[in-house]
Amino acid sequence: MLVTAGDPKVFDIVLLSLRVSVSAVLIGCAIGLPLGAAIAVNEFRGRRTLIVILNGLMGLPSVVVGLAVYLLLSRAGPLGELGILFTPAAMVIAQAILITPTLAALSRQVVGDAWQEYREQLRSLGETKLGAAPTLLWDLRFSLLTIVLAGFGRAASEVGAVMIVGGNIDGVTRVMTTAIALETSKGDLPLALGLGFILLAIVLALNAGAYVVKEAAQRRYA
Amino acid sequence: MRAPLSLLPLSLDGVVFAVGARRIVDGISLRLEAGPRTVILGPNGAGKSVLLRLCHGLLTPTAGTVAWNAPEIPGGPRRQAMVFQRPVLLRRSALGNVRYALKLAGVPYRQREERALEALRKVGLEGLAGHSARVLSGGEQQRLALARVWALHPEVLFLDEPTASLDPGATHEIENVIAALHAAGTKIVMVTHNLGQARRLGDEILFLHQGRLLERTPVELFFKHPSSSEAARFLEGELPW
Repeated sequence: MLVTAGDPKVFDIVLLSLRVSVSAVLIGCAIGLPLGAAIAVNEFRGRRTLIVILNGLMGLPSVVVGLAVYLLLSRAGPLGELGILFTPAAMVIAQAILITPTLAALSRQVVGDAWQEYREQLRSLGETKLGAAPTLLWDLRFSLLTIVLAGFGRAASEVGAVMIVGGNIDGVTRVMTTAIALETSKGDLPLALGLGFILLAIVLALNAGAYVVKEAAQRRYA
Repeated sequence: MRAPLSLLPLSLDGVVFAVGARRIVDGISLRLEAGPRTVILGPNGAGKSVLLRLCHGLLTPTAGTVAWNAPEIPGGPRRQAMVFQRPVLLRRSALGNVRYALKLAGVPYRQREERALEALRKVGLEGLAGHSARVLSGGEQQRLALARVWALHPEVLFLDEPTASLDPGATHEIENVIAALHAAGTKIVMVTHNLGQARRLGDEILFLHQGRLLERTPVELFFKHPSSSEAARFLEGELPW
């Protein structure tokens, strides 16, 4: 385990995993949270259908996302000219697509519940629906932290999409999950196991940190 | 620059609010003038809270019209405010909550802090300005809601049972703030179940029963000689003697 963590190659793999998944979470949040909040506070035709679709997309299989992004980015695909297939950028895109519906659907739920409680007061104060969404997102920031972490967990732990669009190229697009899959099939179980532990430790540490933040916030803000 | 036209009087004409077949407010016409403090009384389910919300624009009448003398500009700052039975406060400091209301009212950034502190002082919360709003006591939370109102200098303030869940001490403090707001020129329109409070704070009583406005009487007269039998029965049932 210690040998694994000290290996510079392993360090690169861990670092790339974090870079890709954190980038994907940032993009997912930038799109998913405002989208979820906007759906929560607005009433429009097709709202229910949209909610059902979003909820359904939470279970999006990562290999399907990988395949779709692969087709988009491949040489003959509509975005082939970008030439980013088998790069970390492609992996970020795939993971962002994977988790954005989850972030949107869960934040829609949280913001929607709060909106029931806040609506009259905010409208009384003259808040517009456009302004209510960011106000609620900020007010619910500590509850949303859990959602963002769920998104990160999903992004960091998926293997299908990054395998397809990244290609698991040594030193370029190899991340923890794809490395684990490869090492397991090669029979290097200690290395696979070591990487698995590191992945688990990162996810656990992040969740523990978020839990502490949330506890402290709840004591302070209730 | 000319001063903007007054919001008041507010005219309700044949206002109905129905949910399904049930008419919660059933054809109310009235005119609310600037000045006297109006207290709305009536048994549970009389439509008092719904009437307030119709006046304040939170609900749209099923039939009839709610018309201000000079309506607010849609999307512009509000010139009327409402205090609810349980205030909704944001997860920010007490000061932050008042600042937020000032921001919505279009007050320039630099003036917000000063005006918010001034409002907190008016309700005796200046010492708690930095505390988070949601951990304040019930009475303090309601005073903060009133500070938020105070900062906005509304022409009209609607209050929906603002002291229903407070102890006598906190109730007394809230009543003082309401009286001060009235003295500062804000029209008070309040729903209460507390008859003592209606006497202390009201100039005129609107008595609602089953969605209808049964009488509108100066406060002293209402408690001595209500003109409707429903109001007389209501007072008998409500008063402990």
